[in-house]
Amino acid sequence: MIVIVDYGVGNLASIQNMLKKIGVASVISDKVADFEGAAKLILPGVGAFDRAMECLADKQLIEPLTHLVMQEKKSVLGVCLGMQLLGISSEEGKCAGLGWIGARTVRFVNETADPSFKIPHMGWNIIKPVGNDVLLSGIESGSRFYFVHSYHMICDIPQTAIALTPYGGDFASVVRHGNVWGAQFHPEKSHKFGMQLLRNFAEHC
Amino acid sequence: MLRPRVIPVLLLKGRGLYKTTQFDQPKYVGDPINTVRIFNEKEVDEICLLDIAASREKRPPNLDIIKEIASECFMPLSYGGGVRTVDQVRLLLNVGVEKIVINSLAFQEPETLQKIASFAGSSSVVVSVDVKKKMFRGYEAFILSGSVGTKLDPVSYVQELKRLGVGEILLNSIDQDGVMKGYDFPLIEAVSAAVDIPVIACGGAGTLANFSAALKCGASAVAAGSYFVFQGKHKAVLISYPTPAEIDQLI
Repeated sequence: MIVIVDYGVGNLASIQNMLKKIGVASVISDKVADFEGAAKLILPGVGAFDRAMECLADKQLIEPLTHLVMQEKKSVLGVCLGMQLLGISSEEGKCAGLGWIGARTVRFVNETADPSFKIPHMGWNIIKPVGNDVLLSGIESGSRFYFVHSYHMICDIPQTAIALTPYGGDFASVVRHGNVWGAQFHPEKSHKFGMQLLRNFAEHC
Repeated sequence: MLRPRVIPVLLLKGRGLYKTTQFDQPKYVGDPINTVRIFNEKEVDEICLLDIAASREKRPPNLDIIKEIASECFMPLSYGGGVRTVDQVRLLLNVGVEKIVINSLAFQEPETLQKIASFAGSSSVVVSVDVKKKMFRGYEAFILSGSVGTKLDPVSYVQELKRLGVGEILLNSIDQDGVMKGYDFPLIEAVSAAVDIPVIACGGAGTLANFSAALKCGASAVAAGSYFVFQGKHKAVLISYPTPAEIDQLI
């Protein structure tokens, strides 16, 4: 059973719809008891960084989640803003991130004169897997995913980035540190490519 | 850089999908769930669902049917029609809609539009700017499914919308709607040049070449209705969508 962490931010129904489509059982919950019983966790998120961290804090979820992920090594997948929360900080806000991954989130900066380099980065773009991480098994370089974001992660150790996406230079679009994974795009809105990623998470991570 | 998005626009009326001509004469196209399933198989970039009756009938979005449709959408879904409050936006996002399309409210209550943009985030708010050519020269933006004029020029209107926090413009030509003879290219050019937020061209697409031409005029994405649901000169209903290779060749 995968538990989708409900902390009042993010499009939970879409993730559950896709898990259902690929035959993976899931529940949406904000209860620590459910997280403890879960095989894996998905941390969704859309909107602003500080608001998301404040919602997690208000629901008193930061400490129990950190214990389950860092001590008990439960697998977790952060999606979109949920991935950025996994890091140490974000230029978007003042709150500290969860600190499960050595990475910092910064805003896209258009230093080019290219008018097609717009912020937010919104639409379909490709990913280029680096190495052979199980989360990306069967996903070829050039597979396309749906992105909507204005900030992106910079990893302290380059090997943390397990896939890159070109947008004004390459940025880390999928990250992994131990039992913690993050995807900047929306797998739940990325057709068969997203289904493959979520299937990999459910079966192999 | 990003490949351009190619977006089918589906018009909802009651529980069925329809296609209009010049915002009139709705012709039945099919069942929304079936249609969305076919578009899923074709791996469409995005779907835009517009309830063309909600605002005129002064009723809120039909959440039951939207939820049913959203549960079949494994691609981004935008919804428009009858959206008037922040709470409706919250409910729509909860059932699996990514972006909210607003038309009449943007003109009638700009302060509510602003609240919606700060609640949902700019990238989740699209305003549909429905435009008719004026009798002599110039253009005018319309609301309430094209039935009421605003006296506003679309160029200055979209600049104001951007200022209010709107993240994207669905630029809809009422004159070209359902005609399949090409977009209103001068309109696309003028509006795209006026704002740096994405402009989605809509109304009149009949060929892939029309998509290319709209992108050359500055549109960030192209949308169509008839092109994706009708086939041949008798307009038989047949769902189609360009292949990834065809989309790559648009630019």
